[in-house]
Order: sequence, then C-alpha cells, then structure tokens
Amino acid sequence: MSISVQHISKSFKKVTAVNDVSFELKEGELFGLIGPDGAGKTTIFRILTTLLFADKGTATVAGFDVIGDYKEIRNNVGYMPGKFSLYQDLTVEENLDFFATIFGTTIEENYELIKDIYVQIEPFKKRRAGALSGGMKQKLALSCALIHKPKVLFLDEPTTGVDPVSRKEFWEMLKRLQQKGITILVSTPYMDEAELCDRIALIQHGKILQIDTPQEIIKHYPKKIYDVKADNMYRLLESLKSFEHHYSVYPFGEFVHYTDKREDFNPQELQQYLATKNHQNIKIEITKTTIEDTFMELAK
Amino acid sequence: MLPIIFVLPILQLVILSNAATFEIKNIKFSYVDHDKTSFSRALIEKFDASTYFNVVAEFPSKKEANAAMAKGKVDVILEIPRYFERDLLKQKNTAISVAINAIDGAAAGVENVYINQIVQDFNKKAKVALSSPSDTVNAPKDIVTIPSFWYNKTLNYKTFMVPGILVLLVTMITLFLSGMNIVREKEIGTLEQMNVTPIKKYQFIIGKLFPFWILGFVLLTVGLTIAKVIFDVPIIGSLGLIYFYTAFYLLVVLGMGLFISNFTDTQQQAMFISWFFVVIFILMSGLFTPIESMPMWAQYITEFNPVKYFVQVTRMVMLKGAHFNDILPQLTKTIIYAIIMNGLAVWSYQKTT
Repeated sequence: MSISVQHISKSFKKVTAVNDVSFELKEGELFGLIGPDGAGKTTIFRILTTLLFADKGTATVAGFDVIGDYKEIRNNVGYMPGKFSLYQDLTVEENLDFFATIFGTTIEENYELIKDIYVQIEPFKKRRAGALSGGMKQKLALSCALIHKPKVLFLDEPTTGVDPVSRKEFWEMLKRLQQKGITILVSTPYMDEAELCDRIALIQHGKILQIDTPQEIIKHYPKKIYDVKADNMYRLLESLKSFEHHYSVYPFGEFVHYTDKREDFNPQELQQYLATKNHQNIKIEITKTTIEDTFMELAK
Repeated sequence: MLPIIFVLPILQLVILSNAATFEIKNIKFSYVDHDKTSFSRALIEKFDASTYFNVVAEFPSKKEANAAMAKGKVDVILEIPRYFERDLLKQKNTAISVAINAIDGAAAGVENVYINQIVQDFNKKAKVALSSPSDTVNAPKDIVTIPSFWYNKTLNYKTFMVPGILVLLVTMITLFLSGMNIVREKEIGTLEQMNVTPIKKYQFIIGKLFPFWILGFVLLTVGLTIAKVIFDVPIIGSLGLIYFYTAFYLLVVLGMGLFISNFTDTQQQAMFISWFFVVIFILMSGLFTPIESMPMWAQYITEFNPVKYFVQVTRMVMLKGAHFNDILPQLTKTIIYAIIMNGLAVWSYQKTT
C-alpha cells in the first residue's frame, strides 16, 4: 500500500473537518478525492503531508507513519498546495534550484522526471515566478514538487483557476508521471476530471460517500437521467419541480437533468405536461450518467 | 525595497538629529513697560541682545498683551511696573511680572530658566550700579558656579542624540523586517511548502534571521559614518566594542521579531505589535527623558528594555571611551535577554506550526 488511511478524524474547534475517513492507495495509482469546497479535502492532504495531526486514526504514506516517521515522509513525498506557494520574487530557475538544494539534490540529477513539464516553462526561466501566468505557475509548482523524485505526489486542487487547455495538459502530465511509478493523490472540485482517475472517493462534509472506479460509481446510479430543454430555463425548472412524479431536478449545463420516481416513466407524459405549462421547443432525451449526477444523488 | 531600507534611516538620522533638540530659540518676546526709564529699557535690551529671544512687540497695556498671547502671537510677556526704577533705587526691591505661554510645558520650563538667568544677571549689574562705595565692604560675595560638562564640553545635544537615534533606527528596521518576514511566508503559503521539505527548523530560522543580523551591522556602519562625517560626533571608545555588543543586541531584536511573527497571521498584525513595543522602548529608553526622573515602577520596567542598554552602551563607548569592563553589566543583561528571547521564539515556533 502506498497510502493507507484508517479512521482519520479531525476537528477545528466545533467544526468537524474530517469524520472517520478510511481509504487506501495501491502503488502507482492515480486516486482522486472529489468533493465540493469545504468537504475536508485539504485537511486530509495536510494530515498526510505531516502538516497537521489527526485527532483520531492512523495513516501511513509510502510505508511511513505520518506521526512517527514524519521526517521520512518529508523526504519521500511531493506536495503541491492549492494556493501557489513558491517564492514569487525568485525566478523560475532559482525556485527550482532552491527546492532541489533543500532536498539535497540537483536539477540535473532528476531532470529526466521533470523534463516534459520543465521544457514548457524553460523559455521563461529567467522570469520571476510571480510574473508567470496561472498555467505556467502550476507547471513550475509541479516541477518543484517532483524535483526530489518523490514516491508519492499530493496535488491539492491543482487545476482550480486554470484554463481548460492547461487543465487537459496537466492531466496528461499526471498520466505520464503515473506511468513512471509515482503514486498520485489528487483532489478536485471538478467532476469531469474525476473520470480521468483510476479510482475516486466522493467526499462531502468530511465523510466519504463512496470509493470506487469512476465507471463503477456511475453504474451504481439507480435511475435513468433525462436531459430536458425548453426556451425558458428558469420556468422549466419551476415546472419540473412542481411535477408530481419528479425525483430530482437540477440544472446541468444547457439542460436540466431530470429523473422520475417511477420505474416505468414515459418521457411522452412529461412532454405533454410541459406543453400544458406553455413551454416552447421542449426536448427530452435520455442521457449518460456522469459522476456529477452520482455525486448529487449521494450528497442528497 | 533595498534602497528604501537604507535611504529612509539615513534621512531619519540626519533630520531627527537636527530636530530632536531641547534648546529653544526664537522665543517670541513682548513687554509692557509702565515705567519707561533707563532701567526698564536696560532690562529690555538685555532680552533683545539674547539669542534666545526675539522682541516682537511692545504693548501699551497688559490687556492687549494678553490678547496677543491668546492668539499665539507672543510666547512671553514681561510687565515692568510703574516706579520700577524709583523703587529699585529707594527700596532696593521691586517685582516684575512674567507671563509664559505654557501650552508646551517643557518649552515653558526652559523659557522660565532663560528669563530667570537674564533677570538675575540684570540684578547683579543693578546692584553694582546702586551700591555706594561704603557698602562694598559689607556686600556679600556672590557665589558663581561655573559648570563643566564632562564628555560633552559644549553640551552639544547632537553629541548625545545622534548615538541614541542611531540605536533606535537599527532597532526599528531590524525588528520590523524580521517580524514581518516570517509572517509574509505564512501569508503567501511558502511556510507550508517549506514545512513539507526535510529542512530542519533551526536551519530555516537561521536562514530567515541571518540576513537581518547582517543588515543590522550594515545600518550601524552607515549610521556611525554619518555620525562622524555629518555631525562630527566624537568616537572616543573602541568601535570594535560597539560592534561586539551589537552582535548580541541584534540577537535580542531578531528573537523578538521571530516571537512576534509566531503569534501573528498577517503582516498588519505583526506591524501593529512591533509598533507597540517600539514606541514603549523608545519612550522608556532614556533617550528623550532621563530614566532617573521616571517613577520607581517605570524604572523597573525599563530594566526589560533592550534599547535602554544599547543607548547606554553606545553613549558610554562613543563619548566616554568606556572599556569592556565598563559595559559588562549591560552586556550580561543583553546576553541573558537574547537567550531568553530566542528560546521563547524557537519554542513558540514549534508550538504554532
């Protein structure tokens, strides 16, 4: 086991941030913690990176206990916090050099590992880190977290505030790192990224709702989901919510995701109902279940 | 930032050293002369001749003089009574009234002393003029005191203010910068990033504070150079001794800065607390007001003021040429202070992060 978390709990004064959380990561796994803001993701990261003590429970990272062997862990993990936290007034190169020195290594020694990422920011290596764009900052932070060839990589919301193209690139980089045998624990509030992980844990209010592969999690969804569309979205939502057989109704992009209480639901019936409510251009189609749907269902 | 760190203290040293004076010049002097005799004119001339007083107005009556005082146009009103000369000649005794604007109490006190000196001087001359030759035998001899100001012969206030202000600047800059520095790492999140690396706490702390230790020395050097070149302050003692003492003193200040940064989360908070201490340290350092004139309890508090020791040491070494043994009490207290302060700082650093 690369990471093992057993019954971890942590409270801050009256707020319970993490409540009896357990999960395990196999070596070389890309594992996602998926949940909304305030779900307790960052607290779990801080406990695993030895920055915080858990109130209850035990955890090991790369075979080391997070309390007893914290020094070993610090030599063996890379941590990229959600907030950009490198020295803004050092240049790209200086930052990388600085972190390499702290870990007792050099850029040359582990250049192979960061090469793919670093070449993209190398043209700006004389630029101060503070003057980089969001996507480049992420790449630099990832390079710094990898410079000592860690066994486990912790990425706390690495793609929050990053443009879609850079996000896609970033996940491709993670896939490549995974192939090099690095275990990666990543958290994200974006449900679409969840499907890129090997396994995910859905987390809310400090509790894990479900752990499985994204495919399995979607399979477990009990209902058929329908995309509903009409001219006036707001009125459509209102109408659907007042439909007596509705099970769940929530907006999803340009559609409304609708599920019905009944097993033998006929979309035709809903179409007629909406027509009586004076909706125009009504479209109802069955759709594929996504992680987001599952999450909304579990989080109910 | 770097130029600011040096330019501001230099400006402060140059400006403050000229401004922080206890001498009062250009006192706006006015008088009401009801007598208008040669004696009264002689008295007024004495004030006119003094460099401290500017005779700005003569008023026909006390009422108008008071009105001018109320408007702030004059600081001092001298009222010479009618028959001033006659009384002095006949009864050898008379009284004049002096009104001083005491909005600024300290200035009023100094002005009072100046006025007394001039009046006494006038008295003496008048006595000589009035006494008949037969009296001279019996006349009591005036006792004249000739003060001799050791270590500062001309009582040049710059000589003792410049070393003091220099000390303040070194303290302020190093305390503020070191206090805010680690807090800044907290703010931008680099402290957390550093905490997941294998770097040791002591390595990190030394790494953070050492630059400011050096910076303190650089500031001291710049300040001493200005003191010598611009203000011509005598440096009688050994410069090495000042630097030796400063090495320990800076440890106290840096420990304090680290301690403050451990208990604050933002630079504003750190700045606020640093200011609180700096103001107390300055006012209780004996720089502007002598410690001996403070109430007993306040004097005990000054024992915990590192700035007090630094002010004492620099003045002793620079002006008096004190040796190692002379500053040993201050040095010992400073070293103890440094050990306690840094101990507390490192201990609280471990507790809070």
